[in-house]
Amino acid sequence: MSPLQLTSDEEKALKGEHGDALATAYRILLAIGEATEAKELVPIKWAHVSGVNYNTIGDSGVEFLEKLSKDGKVAVKTTINPMGFDPVKVNSLKLNKEFIAKQNRIVSAYERIGVTRSFTCIPYEVFDLPSKGTDVSFAESNAAVYANSVAGLRTNKESGLSALASSLTGKAPYSELRIEELRKPNMGIKVNYELDNEVDYGLLGYFAGKVSNNSVAFSGIENLSKRNAKSLSAALGTSGSCGMFTHGTAGETIEFGKEEARKIRDELHTSEKGDVITLGSPQLGVDDLSLLADMVHGKKFRKRCLIFCARAAYEGARKLGYTEKIEKAGGEMLCDCCTCLTPLIDRNEVDNVITNSIKGAYYLNNSNKVGVCLKSLKEIVREECE
Amino acid sequence: MRMKCRAIVKGIVEGEVLITKQPINFLTMIDLKSGIVKDDRHDLYKKKIANKVFVFPNAVGSSVGAYSIYALKGNNVAPKAIVCNKADITTASGCAIANIPLVDSPDSDLLVINSGRWVRVDAINGIIKLLPTFSAGRPVRPLP
Repeated sequence: MSPLQLTSDEEKALKGEHGDALATAYRILLAIGEATEAKELVPIKWAHVSGVNYNTIGDSGVEFLEKLSKDGKVAVKTTINPMGFDPVKVNSLKLNKEFIAKQNRIVSAYERIGVTRSFTCIPYEVFDLPSKGTDVSFAESNAAVYANSVAGLRTNKESGLSALASSLTGKAPYSELRIEELRKPNMGIKVNYELDNEVDYGLLGYFAGKVSNNSVAFSGIENLSKRNAKSLSAALGTSGSCGMFTHGTAGETIEFGKEEARKIRDELHTSEKGDVITLGSPQLGVDDLSLLADMVHGKKFRKRCLIFCARAAYEGARKLGYTEKIEKAGGEMLCDCCTCLTPLIDRNEVDNVITNSIKGAYYLNNSNKVGVCLKSLKEIVREECE
Repeated sequence: MRMKCRAIVKGIVEGEVLITKQPINFLTMIDLKSGIVKDDRHDLYKKKIANKVFVFPNAVGSSVGAYSIYALKGNNVAPKAIVCNKADITTASGCAIANIPLVDSPDSDLLVINSGRWVRVDAINGIIKLLPTFSAGRPVRPLP
């Protein structure tokens, strides 16, 4: 007997009485509900779906989405992750035709399902947030961690498929980080030196993801800026299964010091130099673009610098004059796509990349197979601009 | 020997075990065309997960790993079954659409099983049974 109780309507949908797409969606919810010991499904208000970039889901993903889009329709507000390229600049990006065609098929399938064309991995910065405590269903690990830890929303660390299933049904299993009691961290990490920049916070996040699960409490980083919280959330979501952090102490506490930071840095910092700079992962928001514009104003990048941002952030920043300053400095601004698994960084053309993103460094090393030189934004501007 | 476990995605299969103590990131660590572990820092480096009963603690990292499990199935190089200490959302949702039997939470330590051992995974009744390699002194299955 399954511990997860479905209503009679949900049972019917599972059997296919409401179409193939909903049957698939309920099969996914049933499996994750059982895996996470849920007793029931609960309504959610917003789904954020990953699995948009062709490099992340491949041919079988294209086929799956096209099949699902035959009769699948969103039941709640649904936003989606970045795709593989900036569609406005696609002609100047030297991409192969097959990639572009497959990517367009994915986007069309999502459009038939009825999603918002957000193409962002920072939905928490681009869209108005619902009230605290609202249940959402966020795939994209940085967004799930940020939603739980900073925005006060409730989500499990969803997979692309589970968030999509929640989008079609408007429901998610009531389990893990959706349950108040289980949101309490079961271990603590004490930071025993002063973290200076976003790279340091990323190293902490990557370390925390490796040693914790579900929820972790940090002490020693009380005044966390939004920018550092993004970096921390992204790195935390990359290395493990932990989906939330809080401030304080809990259970067993381990220390994070310079030695722990150095070990993580050694794992990800695989090159002393880079041919291209990439900023993003997560995408830059308006505040990030404002900071960057101030830092590079009157300077010039000595290397190609790709800057990945949400289109909504780009438009906002353009009105405020930030994008002009960045582009004058030689920055190449790209919307609707991001650093992770980007086809724009190809190891046949680029050996090593400079980035300030720990999450980006992990995927550039492991998926794009290029060397990575980690530098904070301050160091990048100081050392790579003139 | 048999272990009780939770059946998450239903099905019954027999197969050869491939086991690791390290978590798996399906998106970055597995070559989806061949089903071979491509991460040179993983202890299963160069091992093939295709058609094995794949035993690992849990999946980590990317939220699109579920699609990677589905892609392995589409390329005919998926594991026959997956056994986890604690099934996570990525693994469960990937197995659900790829129709790969999935069990977790075994009642004894999975590490008593070695790679190469044959097992029967009953993901309907929630039982993992270790199968004999020898019968009356003769091998009945490929030797580990």
